[in-house]
Amino acid sequence: MEAFFAMGKYAAYVWPAYGASLVGLGLAIGLTLAAYARAKSRLAALESGK
Amino acid sequence: MASIFEFANPKRFMNLSGTVLPWLAAASALTIIVGLYLGFTAPPDYQQGDTVRIMFIHVPAAWVAMMCYGLMAIASLLGLVNRHPLADVAAKSAAPLGALFTALALITGSLWGKPMWGAYWVWDARLTSFLLLLFLYLGYIALWNAIEDETRAARAAAILALVGVVNLPIIEFSVDWWNTLHQGESIIRSGGPLISAVFLWPLGLMAVGYTTLFFTLWMIRIRTEIINRRARALQLGIA
Amino acid sequence: MNPFSAILLRDMRLATRAGGSAALALAFFAAVATLVPLGVGSDLHLLSRIAGGVLWIAAVLAALLSLDRLFQSDFEDGSLDLIALSPLSLESMSFAKITAHWLTTGLPLTLLSPLLGVLFGLPPAGYAPLMLSLAIGTPAVSAIGAIGAALTLSIRRGGLILPFIVLPLLAPAVIFGSGAVLGALDGLSNGAFWLLGAFSLVTVLLAPFAAAAAVRLNLAG
Repeated sequence: MEAFFAMGKYAAYVWPAYGASLVGLGLAIGLTLAAYARAKSRLAALESGK
Repeated sequence: MASIFEFANPKRFMNLSGTVLPWLAAASALTIIVGLYLGFTAPPDYQQGDTVRIMFIHVPAAWVAMMCYGLMAIASLLGLVNRHPLADVAAKSAAPLGALFTALALITGSLWGKPMWGAYWVWDARLTSFLLLLFLYLGYIALWNAIEDETRAARAAAILALVGVVNLPIIEFSVDWWNTLHQGESIIRSGGPLISAVFLWPLGLMAVGYTTLFFTLWMIRIRTEIINRRARALQLGIA
Repeated sequence: MNPFSAILLRDMRLATRAGGSAALALAFFAAVATLVPLGVGSDLHLLSRIAGGVLWIAAVLAALLSLDRLFQSDFEDGSLDLIALSPLSLESMSFAKITAHWLTTGLPLTLLSPLLGVLFGLPPAGYAPLMLSLAIGTPAVSAIGAIGAALTLSIRRGGLILPFIVLPLLAPAVIFGSGAVLGALDGLSNGAFWLLGAFSLVTVLLAPFAAAAAVRLNLAG
């Protein structure tokens, strides 16, 4: 397990690369879904208000 | 051509994308999970050691970043020629995703380069052209945001995307040329005989996973924009 | 006089009158080139190596500086609407404006460049390639810049966004232009002049169409 996290001697490069990708993609997914949910609830409110 | 126009009908798009979306998202999650598993269980490369695992997230990000610009240009062309608002929406929604994948390709590329070159940035030809690609994306987004009138902004941005797509191969070529002039050496390759089958599977799966993830996000963003426009139209109708 | 040369001459007159953009671009070019040795030090050996690149970058920046008003003033005072109604096509009008811009910025910059080459200790072998590369390459700067100027003509602060969208597109011109100077200094024939010429030719031929399309979308509605 320890050897896995050590990544040879390249832990300092491999994990930040994966971390940055995770943060970047996670942020994109989160923001996209949040905007989607906001748009849907806005439209629903407008349609029910009529 | 009829099928494209049918697909371009916003209502049709909403129905079709609604059914496709869950499958696309599931396919993306599945391939990325399996790809990650295979990527981390693969043996270290005899030359690059464990840094080879960065390839599994660098190459797919780079691929999606380039594909996205192509799709944006196609959508822009359809928007300009057919004056279809859905094409404008598609182009607009793709740009931030393209910028994100370009940025990820740059970050992972320089983290891959550090142990290989001894520096985070060495003006490698591929990294340099991706930096220019990032500026093209940011310029496109900036132009969209700077013009207030929506159809005008869409058309101006579409022209910029088309100019960019004509120019991109020239930029790529000139950067390659410049790199040989200044005695650089490219270590990051996207293919070639270096890759053995142990790495090909995780790389392929991650590429499929990233591509489907891009399409999933792109579709949701287009749907969001369509819903927002409908809401705006309703609001104007009420007021 | 035909409408093409009428626009060409009018734009040149506007650029070269007192306080016009041509003199400002030249002054900017010289000022940037003067600032570089102050930033990187006065080592003439180093300066002679980077002279081609620095002068090329300064030329691009100077040309961009004078581009944002290329269509904007005509747009604001309604001249563009009149031109659009005239028999002259917007494509020809764009080509006339690109030509006028090059004649009032690219050409003077080319002629001034040997003087700045002296300040950078450029070896004698470098002067002809420097001037030739600027003469061949700056039309591409005017042409691509005109696309950017047309796209941003309705934006009030278009002058800020214009360089941002145009500069990455100009990377090939800077690469081939400064590469041509460097190649000549090292006695290599690296084909940079041909590549620069091809790039310039293609952009000058295609840019009027893109610029005209951008002007048209801003006039409609």
